[in-house]
Amino acid sequence: MTSDISSFASIAPAWPELLLAIGTVVLLLGGVIFSREKSTGIGVLAILLLVATIALMIAQPAQGVLFNGGFIVDGFARYMKFLVLGASAFALILATSTAKPFGLDKFEFSILVLLATLGMLVMVSANDLMSLYIGLELQSLALYVVAALRRDDAKATEAGLKYFVLGALSSGMLLYGASLVYGFTGMTQLDQIVTVVVGEQRSVGLVFGMVFLLAGIAFKISAVPFHMWTPDVYEGAPTPVTAFFAAAPKVAAMAMIIRVVTVSFGPLTHDWQQIVIFLSIASMVLAAFAAIGQSNLKRLLAYSSIGHVGFALVGLSAGTAVGVEGVAVYMAVYIAMTIGMFAAILSLRTSKGYVETIPQLAGLAQRRPFVAAIIAIIMFSFIGMPPLAGFFAKWQVFLAAIDAHLFALAIIGVLASAVSAYYYLRIIKVMYFDEPTEDFLAVPAELTAVMALSGFLLVTYFVTVGSPLYAAAHTAAGSLF
Amino acid sequence: MTFLFDHFLSVITFLPLVGAVLLLFVPGNDAGSKEMARWIALGVSSVTFLLTLWMWARFDNSNPGFQFVENYEWIGSSIGYRMGVDGISVLFVVLTGLLVPACVLASWSPIQNRVREYMLVFLILETFSIGVFTTLDLAMFYVFFEGSLIPMFLIIGIWGGPRRIQAAYKFFFYSFTGTVLMLLAIMAMYWQAGTLDIQKLLAFRFDPKLQFWLWLGFFASFAVKMPMWPFHRWLPEAHVEAPTAGSVILAAILLKLGGYGFIRFSLAMFPDASALFAPFVFTLSVAAIVFTSLVALVQTDIKKLIAYSSVAHMGFVTMGIFSGNVMGVHGAVFQMISHGIVSGALFLCVGVVYDRMHTRDIAAYGGLVERMPRYAVAFMVFTMANVGLPGTSGFIGEFLTMIGAFQVNTWVVFFAAFGVIFSAAYALFLYRRVIFGALSKDSLKGILDLDAREITVLVPLIILTILFGFYPAPILDATAASVGLVAQNFAKAIGDTAALVAAAN
Repeated sequence: MTSDISSFASIAPAWPELLLAIGTVVLLLGGVIFSREKSTGIGVLAILLLVATIALMIAQPAQGVLFNGGFIVDGFARYMKFLVLGASAFALILATSTAKPFGLDKFEFSILVLLATLGMLVMVSANDLMSLYIGLELQSLALYVVAALRRDDAKATEAGLKYFVLGALSSGMLLYGASLVYGFTGMTQLDQIVTVVVGEQRSVGLVFGMVFLLAGIAFKISAVPFHMWTPDVYEGAPTPVTAFFAAAPKVAAMAMIIRVVTVSFGPLTHDWQQIVIFLSIASMVLAAFAAIGQSNLKRLLAYSSIGHVGFALVGLSAGTAVGVEGVAVYMAVYIAMTIGMFAAILSLRTSKGYVETIPQLAGLAQRRPFVAAIIAIIMFSFIGMPPLAGFFAKWQVFLAAIDAHLFALAIIGVLASAVSAYYYLRIIKVMYFDEPTEDFLAVPAELTAVMALSGFLLVTYFVTVGSPLYAAAHTAAGSLF
Repeated sequence: MTFLFDHFLSVITFLPLVGAVLLLFVPGNDAGSKEMARWIALGVSSVTFLLTLWMWARFDNSNPGFQFVENYEWIGSSIGYRMGVDGISVLFVVLTGLLVPACVLASWSPIQNRVREYMLVFLILETFSIGVFTTLDLAMFYVFFEGSLIPMFLIIGIWGGPRRIQAAYKFFFYSFTGTVLMLLAIMAMYWQAGTLDIQKLLAFRFDPKLQFWLWLGFFASFAVKMPMWPFHRWLPEAHVEAPTAGSVILAAILLKLGGYGFIRFSLAMFPDASALFAPFVFTLSVAAIVFTSLVALVQTDIKKLIAYSSVAHMGFVTMGIFSGNVMGVHGAVFQMISHGIVSGALFLCVGVVYDRMHTRDIAAYGGLVERMPRYAVAFMVFTMANVGLPGTSGFIGEFLTMIGAFQVNTWVVFFAAFGVIFSAAYALFLYRRVIFGALSKDSLKGILDLDAREITVLVPLIILTILFGFYPAPILDATAASVGLVAQNFAKAIGDTAALVAAAN
C-alpha cells in the first residue's frame, strides 16, 4: 500500500479533524500546566476551537477519500459534521456558567467533550469498518468518563458505569458483526463491501453480520429495544453532560448507521429495511407510552429522545434519498430543540437547587414568562405542531415513508405522535394552567441567548432556515445515492 | 399601493401576526399596559377587518377561479407559498375579520388576567384562521389548520372555566388525532400529483381506488372539526369551558374549517369517493340533526345547549355539501356564514349574562325581560335566526340545503325536517326560561341591561342577521360562480365514472 499523504495540501479534507486533534492536545497540555483551577478559561478556548474548526470547514470545502479509503469527506459527511460541531459547541456554551454548581468545573470536562467530538467526526467520515470502530471508541470512551466525571456522586458514577457496561456490550456486538461481514465479504471498506454484496447471492452469514452491526449502532442511537441505558444515564449524569449526550452523539451515530446501510448494504435494502422499521415503530410507540408516567424532567427527555430517534428512523426506513434527506433535516431540527430545551432546564434554578421534576415547573409562565414560552414552543415543536420546525422535520420523514409505500409505519408513527402529545402537553399545562409554587433565581445571559436563538429558529423555521436547510440536506443525501 | 394589491391576502393574513409581535413589546402587567394591549388588539383586528371588506369589494363575483393569487416555490418542490381566494373562501375571510374585533370587545372587561398574552394568542389565532381560507398550498393549509390548535388550546386552558384542563385536552386530542391522518393523505396526494398547489390538484384526477383512502383521511380530520355526530363529544365541553370570545371563535370560525375543507377537498378533489360515501354522510348528518337536537332539549347549561344546536346545524351543512348540487353546496356555504354570525352572537349573548351572574345554569335565570329589555330583543333575534325563522339568515341556509338534498334523497330531507321542528322547540324553550317568566330570583333584581360596549358588538350582528334574511344576494352572488364550478365538476366527474362503468359493462 502506498501512502496518499504526499503533501499537507493533499490531506485537505482531513484538516478540520487535524485542527481539532492538535488543538485538543494543546489545550490539554495548557490545562495541565497553567490552570488546574481555572477551568472556565479552557472551556471558552474549547468553544473557540470548535468554532475555528467549523470556520475551517467552511473555508476549506475539499472533498475526497483519504488514508487508503478509510476516511471519506462528501456532502453528507460535511452536513453531519456541521451538526455535530454545532451541537458540541452549544453543549459547551450551556456548561460555561453551570459547570460549577454541577461539580464539572474541571478543565478535563471540556477536553473530554472535544475528544468525543473528534471521535464523532471520525465516525461521520468513516469509510471503513476499522476507522468506524476507532471513531466510535474514541467517542464512547470519552463519554463514559464524562458521565462519571463527578466521581463522588453516587448517581453520576452509577450512570457512568451503566453507560460503560452497556456501551461496551454494544461495541462488542458491533465488532462481532463487523468481523462476520469481513468474513463473508473479505472487505472492510464500506464502498467495497457493496461490490461483493451486489455480485453474490446474499448469504445468511452476511445478513447475520449486518444485523449485529445494526444492533450495535442501535445501542448508540438508543433505539428500542436497545434503549435501556438512556433514561438512567440521562437522569444520573449532571444536566450539562446530559445536554451533550442528547445532542451530538445521536447525530454522529445516526450518520454512521445511514452510511453503513446505504453505502454497504444498498442492495440488501429489503433486509435491513425490516430491521429499521421495527426499531422505528418500537421506539416511537414505547417512548410515547413510557414517558407518560415520568415526573423527572430528564427521564422524560430521555424517552422523548428515544421517540425522536424512532421518528428519524421513519425516514431511513424508506431506504431512499428522500428518506435520508428527511433524517438529515430531522436531526438538525432535533438538535435545535434539544439544545434549547436543556438551556431552559439549566436556567431554572431555585434556592434549593436545579429544577428536576415536572411539578416544580408549576406556574412558571407567571414567574418566568420567557423561559416558559420557550419551553412551550419547544414542546409544541416536539409534538410536531405546525408552524414550528418540529412539524417540518416530521413532514420530511413521513413524506419519504409514504413515497416508499410504508403506510402501516406512517399511520403508527402519526398516532404515536398523537399519544406523545399527551406528555408534552402536560408540561405546558403545568407551566401555564397551574398556580406558581416556587421562586426562581436569575438566568445567566448566555443561556437566555441560546434559548432565544432556539426559539427564534423553531418559530420562524419556515421563513428563515427551512428552505436553505432543505437544500443542504438534499445535497447531503444526494452524495450517498 | 401596488405592493398591497400584489400581496393583498398576505397582508390580510399576517397583519394580525404583526399585531401579536407588537404586543410582545407591551411592558408590565399594570392597568395601563392592559389597556394598551386591548387597544392594540382592537386596532389591528379592526384594520384587518376593513382590509377584508376592501378585498370583498375588489372581488370579482363573476370569476369562478382564484383571485388575488400569489405563487412561489419554497421548500424543495413540495411546499410553496401560495395564496388566493375564490367564491367559497372569500366570505370566510370576511367573517373572521368581522368576528375577531367583536371578540376583542367582548373580552374587554371580562378578561383581567394576563391580558397581553390573551390578546396575543387571539391575534395569532386570527392569522391561522384566515390563513386556512387564503392559502392555496395543501401543506400550508395543514400548517394553518393544525396550527390553530395551539392558540385555542391555550385560550381554553388558561382563561377557561373550572374544568378547563380536561376540556382543553379533549379538544386537542380529538382534533390532533383526526388531523394527522389527513397529513398522511396529503403526502400521498403529493406523490400522486407531484405538487401541493391546490389549483393544480383541483385539475388532477385521482385514481378512484386511491380516492377512497384519501377521502377517509380527510374525513377523519374534517368530521372531528365540523363536528359530525358521533365525533362531536369534544365540542360541548370545549364550548362550556372556553371564555366567551373563545366560544365565539370556536363556533363561528373553527367549525367552519371542516365544512370549508369538505367542499374544497373532499367534494372537489375526490368526487368519486364523495359520491360513494354520500349515503354514509347523509346518515351521520340526519343523526346529528335529530339526536343532538333532542339532546339540546334537555340541557341545563345555556352554552351546552347552544353547542349541541351547533352540531345539529352543521348536520345541515354536511347534508348540503354531499348532495353535490348547486343548491346544496350554495346552501351549505350560506348556512356556514349565517351560523358563524348567529352562533357567535348567541355565545356573546350568553357571555353578557355570564359576566353579570357568573353562572350559565338556565335555572338561575328567568324574567330577564323586565330588567333587560334591550338584551331580550337582541337575544330574541338570534334565537329566531337559530330556529331558522323566515326573515332571518338562518332560514335561507337551511332551506337551500334541504332543497339540494331533496333532489338526491327525499328521506334524508324528511328526517332533517324534524330537526327544524326540534330546533324551534329547544330554542324557544330556552328563550322562555331565560327571558320570560316572573323575575322572582333576588340575585337577578339588580341586573343591568346592555352597556354601550355590548351594544356596539351586538347591533351590527343583529343588522346582518336580518339583512341577510331578507336580502341574501351579497353572499349568494359572491359564492355563486365558484359553487357552480364545484357542482359542475362534481357532476361531470360522477358522469364520467358512470359512463366508464356503463362502457365496461
